[in-house]
Amino acid sequence: MGNTLLQYATVFILTIFVGTEIIAKVPSILHTPLMSGSNAIHGVILVGSMLILGSANTNLEMVLGFLAVILGTLNVVGGFVVTDRMLEMFKSKPQARKAKPDEVTE
Amino acid sequence: MSRETLIDLIYLISATTFLVALKGLGSPKHARKGNMVAAAGMLLAVVATFFKYVDGHALYHVWLILLGIFIGAIVAVPVARFVKMTAMPQLVAIFNGVGGGAAALVSITEFVHIKSSHPATYVTLEVLLGVLIGTVSFAGSSIAFAKLQELMTGRPVTYPGQQIINAVLGAAALVLIVTILVSGSTVLLWVLLALAFVLGVAFVLPIGGADVPVLISLLNAFTGLAVAASGFTLGSNLLIVAGTLVGASGILLTRLMSAAMGRSLSNVLFSAFGSNITASGATEREDGRSVRSGTPEDIGVLLSYASRVVIIPGYGLAVAQGQHVLRELAEELEGKGIEVFYAIHPVAGRMPGHMNVLLAEANVPYEQLKEMDEANSELQTADVALVVGANDTVNPAAMDDKTSPIYGMPIIRADLAENVIFLKRSMRPGFAGIENELLYNPKTILVFGDAKDTLTKVVATVKTS
Repeated sequence: MGNTLLQYATVFILTIFVGTEIIAKVPSILHTPLMSGSNAIHGVILVGSMLILGSANTNLEMVLGFLAVILGTLNVVGGFVVTDRMLEMFKSKPQARKAKPDEVTE
Repeated sequence: MSRETLIDLIYLISATTFLVALKGLGSPKHARKGNMVAAAGMLLAVVATFFKYVDGHALYHVWLILLGIFIGAIVAVPVARFVKMTAMPQLVAIFNGVGGGAAALVSITEFVHIKSSHPATYVTLEVLLGVLIGTVSFAGSSIAFAKLQELMTGRPVTYPGQQIINAVLGAAALVLIVTILVSGSTVLLWVLLALAFVLGVAFVLPIGGADVPVLISLLNAFTGLAVAASGFTLGSNLLIVAGTLVGASGILLTRLMSAAMGRSLSNVLFSAFGSNITASGATEREDGRSVRSGTPEDIGVLLSYASRVVIIPGYGLAVAQGQHVLRELAEELEGKGIEVFYAIHPVAGRMPGHMNVLLAEANVPYEQLKEMDEANSELQTADVALVVGANDTVNPAAMDDKTSPIYGMPIIRADLAENVIFLKRSMRPGFAGIENELLYNPKTILVFGDAKDTLTKVVATVKTS
């Protein structure tokens, strides 16, 4: 159990507390974007997927790594786009109803 | 500065942007900008990764990586951009699922990759936890997606001995992890993968529609933790920070949601709540009590002469797609000088905050959306509580009937208003399958029918009266 593990554990523990502090301040009206936004953030697994595929030695590793890159990209791109679409809708009273031209209307 | 230090510095910047994004969510004003900052930070991290050295060499298969990113992006953008807003809960579920799947794949590949170098036990443990949690999240999110997309029933799926089977599956997974730690067997790793998949499916099956907000938050936390586990294995602070942030946020939301239901988390997850609907449902109502039903025109008049109206939306509003007409009604009423606001129950709908996005989509200004406590203190002076597609969240049985399954759940006090209007599709009880006394209250008027049609007629009446 080297020092590196301890260092990662330190980061882990501190992040739990910092994260909880910040997230507790999110008002309930933004809980859906919070979920969706944090969803996009865990899409950072794409970086892990790239490292895995980038160091693949065997065909098996290559196939799994390739799949991981695709899934990771789906997660990160989809997550950010959906969140942006949600947040775009939250408008305050005065400048309400000024739909953007590229907005999707049903 | 060495190349590695520079890349680590860029990773640090991206991790910071994630925190900025979450902080931005503290108010609707800054939220969108925060999300864009995080997206930029993510892009930065991905670009930097292309220049990273692993195991002492530059990345192999760069073209394959680019191809994978390309495929993922051309699928994700149109889906995320053009899927209807009402399909938001299942979209969030599936994007969460693929993230869990990616985390599991990363962990599996890492296991195969490092096996020959006899890694320390704790490294293997991190890998195995990543596989287990990531796969459960992937399988569970897929089932949640199927339920929300109505590819399968939204009601709890139960079978005899379900909880025992799930307990056995869970225990088997733990035993398997210990065995792999000792033996280092790759074959057993595949068994663990299959088992985790079955566990994810079996775990979500008995959780019904109205409990999905809790479930989605929990699965979100799972994926976050799986990503953090991968971060430990790969030695990446970026993954640890990002994964842990999501894990913390998911767990916090899960607790908030179960508290809003007045039930413990284990009750939500394991009790197959709402599965008894056929037993206690629509049949035993023939006890002579009558409800007062009205026409949309009656309602229109009643609303027009009120001075304060509180609208209480529920999942039924999303199903009927009535949010735009509802906003129109609210605007008509405001035009007459009537004070209107929306009372939002935290677990109304199918994901945390569902009603807020639904109404935001219809351009309802967020100042009009009030949280439960604030709404309740104002309902006492309201003339009309207009309940659209909600039921359990306004059921007074939660306060005064100790035998009710929802006893203890905080509710929106529609019963405090002078008049209560229910727009309902039928007398069928809500998700929990329980009778709502409020429907029989003399001050309550019921209007049966599709909420959107009814509201359209109400708007017409309000306009002319």
